[in-house]
Amino acid sequence: MSLEELYREVILDHYRNPRHRKPLDRADAHAEGVNPLCGDEVTVELAVTDGRISDVAAIGQGCSISQSSASMMTDAILGKTVEEVRDLIQRFKAMMDIDHEADLGLDPDRPGAVLGDLEALQGVRRYPVRIKCANLPWTTLAQALDQLSAS
Amino acid sequence: MSGLEHLRADFPVLQREIGGKPVHFLDSAASSQKPTSVLEAMDDFYRCCYANVHRGAYALSVESTERYEAARSRVASFINASDPTQVAFARGATSALNLIAHGWGGEHLRPGDRVLLTEMEHHANLVPWQMVAARTGARLDFVPLTDDYRLDLEALEQKLDDDVAVVGVTGMSNVLGTIPPIPRIAEAARTVGALLVVDGAQLVPHQPVDVQTLGADFLVFSAHKMLGPTGIGALWGRPERLEEMEPYEGGGEMIADVQLHTSTWAAIPHRFEAGTPPIAEAVGFAAAVDYLDKVGMDQVAAHDADLTAYALQLLAEIPHVTVYGPADVDARGGVISFTMADVHPHDLATILDQQGVSVRAGHHCAKPLMRRLCVPATARASFYVYNTRTDVDALVEALGVASRIFGVG
Repeated sequence: MSLEELYREVILDHYRNPRHRKPLDRADAHAEGVNPLCGDEVTVELAVTDGRISDVAAIGQGCSISQSSASMMTDAILGKTVEEVRDLIQRFKAMMDIDHEADLGLDPDRPGAVLGDLEALQGVRRYPVRIKCANLPWTTLAQALDQLSAS
Repeated sequence: MSGLEHLRADFPVLQREIGGKPVHFLDSAASSQKPTSVLEAMDDFYRCCYANVHRGAYALSVESTERYEAARSRVASFINASDPTQVAFARGATSALNLIAHGWGGEHLRPGDRVLLTEMEHHANLVPWQMVAARTGARLDFVPLTDDYRLDLEALEQKLDDDVAVVGVTGMSNVLGTIPPIPRIAEAARTVGALLVVDGAQLVPHQPVDVQTLGADFLVFSAHKMLGPTGIGALWGRPERLEEMEPYEGGGEMIADVQLHTSTWAAIPHRFEAGTPPIAEAVGFAAAVDYLDKVGMDQVAAHDADLTAYALQLLAEIPHVTVYGPADVDARGGVISFTMADVHPHDLATILDQQGVSVRAGHHCAKPLMRRLCVPATARASFYVYNTRTDVDALVEALGVASRIFGVG
């Protein structure tokens, strides 16, 4: 596993040019995630229209893994229904789970592959201390979704 | 070159290769590696004469007690304490600071009193005081840093007034390497009758320390940062200050007499050592200071200074590397915090690790200082007796790899 496989170009691109980093004018949900051990921070805001994510923001600071994961996440969930987003969170977390490699079929060309750019983060699994960086935005997103269902 | 290059052979972990690369261990400020002599001292002790200490009427317990108390004397002589009873063993510098904050501060601080700390304290010399301030009504105040990362001594003197009951300062910053002038601070504290607590977790492992000239009332340090085992540290205090301090933990070993409703305390320092102490660790601690004294603390400091000067010079030549700490090696120890352009320190640490270079990345348990420096985190390389210029070269080369991957410069 070389460093180039960890720091893929797509990861560095999202780190340098994060998507959807502007706070929303009107957010239906707002959750803040922090990793107290390393200090990574991600704030997720969601706007929902007719059951779909109509706008999203992920703002934060931290390493390339946490921030690119947040940026790719915003691209991946925009336009999806809340149910689809929950499914995506599960798939992402499963991808990051070292023990679940076998049943995932992570070949991006396989039929039904949906993780897209996010699969670039697979390399993180080889660096166990960094997995929490990749997961932080998704855990925060799950908290934001919980707010939606609570309200 | 300082002539200590041969010491590396004394450290078994450093003989390893990881991923086909030698270990360039640059994280001694977090915890140091252990020489064979320390490992053997602890192993021998467990094999030859281990039993619980104090009050045992049998030979093993007597021997074990002798070894434990000899370790106390050895650690006391390492810092030139005039009597071993001035040294209490604690779990580490953190627990010793908690004992001082709760046991002395909790007993003597009053509403309106101030505890004067600095902006560069480790959380261990901040959070316990926050807890005690909340309980006693005392207030915390902070001495700022100058723009060249030194303690602002003018500000310190301005802030010192009769309301200041405690001055708490690190002997060496675990982030910046800054070594504040403790004797001068002690003199200033004395003029207002304030207690001076020195967090020696970084200072004592790296510089000669003589408590009879330091001017502090309390000095704490941890064995694991000075070639010794984890789980033990030392609290040195002036005898009258130790007498003023209430025990923080109650239990066995620390009592003179126990009734159902009340107890009286054992003499110092045993009243601060409730429960079975870390006995083998004390033996290892003594072996560690033996090792350091054999090298000579002046030599240790000179070796740190040599590596620090060498590293600062090489780091200054790398584009987009920013170093946080005094440029003058006389005012600092061998702890170098740095960042590289927009590469996050965690990413740096991962990349460096792949090159066999172990550095720490994060807030280094000094979040207020990170805010003062306007960075979320730094990478930190720190040196000790077993490091060589080869380790510094490996660090610089690995930073080149990071710079290539992230397209810096």
